[in-house]
Amino acid sequence: MRILLIDDSKTMRNIQKSVLKQLGHTDIEEACDGQDALNKVPEFKPELCLVDWNMPNMDGLTFVKTFRETDKTTPLIMVTTEAEKSRVIEAIKAGVNNYVVKPFTPDLLSERITETIAKCAA
Amino acid sequence: MDASYITPFMTSIQNVFSTMFQLPVDIGEPSIKTDNTATHDVSGIIGVSGEMLGTIVLSMPKDAALSIVTLFTGMEMEADSEDFVDAVGELVNMISGNAKAEFQRKGVSISCPSVVTGENHRVSTPSGTACVKIPCSTDCGEVVLEIALREATAEDKEPQTRAA
Repeated sequence: MRILLIDDSKTMRNIQKSVLKQLGHTDIEEACDGQDALNKVPEFKPELCLVDWNMPNMDGLTFVKTFRETDKTTPLIMVTTEAEKSRVIEAIKAGVNNYVVKPFTPDLLSERITETIAKCAA
Repeated sequence: MDASYITPFMTSIQNVFSTMFQLPVDIGEPSIKTDNTATHDVSGIIGVSGEMLGTIVLSMPKDAALSIVTLFTGMEMEADSEDFVDAVGELVNMISGNAKAEFQRKGVSISCPSVVTGENHRVSTPSGTACVKIPCSTDCGEVVLEIALREATAEDKEPQTRAA
């Protein structure tokens, strides 16, 4: 499965990558903000995206809204420090399939990725 | 400063450090910071805007910061490397975001993090804002959270105008 990690923090991308590798996913592309991700989508054709919210150039919410204009089905998981209920609702309305609040344990992220893939495949 | 602004940061640093790398944090007695000189030589800084204004600083001695970043990333780094700066920025980002959620206000935003290193650097806070130091003791050393927050006033929200 092709997975696109979108986070301006390389540290956070590395942590997420390590969780994905433990789940057996190795086809991973990285983007450092929403615009970088949009540039990489046409060629990489992700089957799952993990998206941070607060990023320079283009934030995660704008990425989700733009991405959903042309792709209604690819699962998107928001992985962010934004934990307020209002933000979660805003993200879900924009089109994310699941939501993980930082900080997270590897087990929690792993669980959310697995359940999102299963739900979207059903 | 309203004490309710401080408590979320105490629980947040404990939550972030314990969840991400199982490092317990003992919180000491908060005190008012009276100057702009950084407490330690590594500062992770977040700006707060919207309904509240201010700065949140995670200030760490270099050795403690290196140890904490090693636990966080699983890698040893040099203090002048981009990866070290990124990791410190992500730590203060998580601490600030987690605490912000406790305020449950829609109109509060946090900036992307900045990191400054070097002895005796200065971090300015918005005018009229008291800065509270929260000492935090860990097995990697003592670190400090510095919180300078206040309610935004109508003046803050109005665009600056100058008489001709």
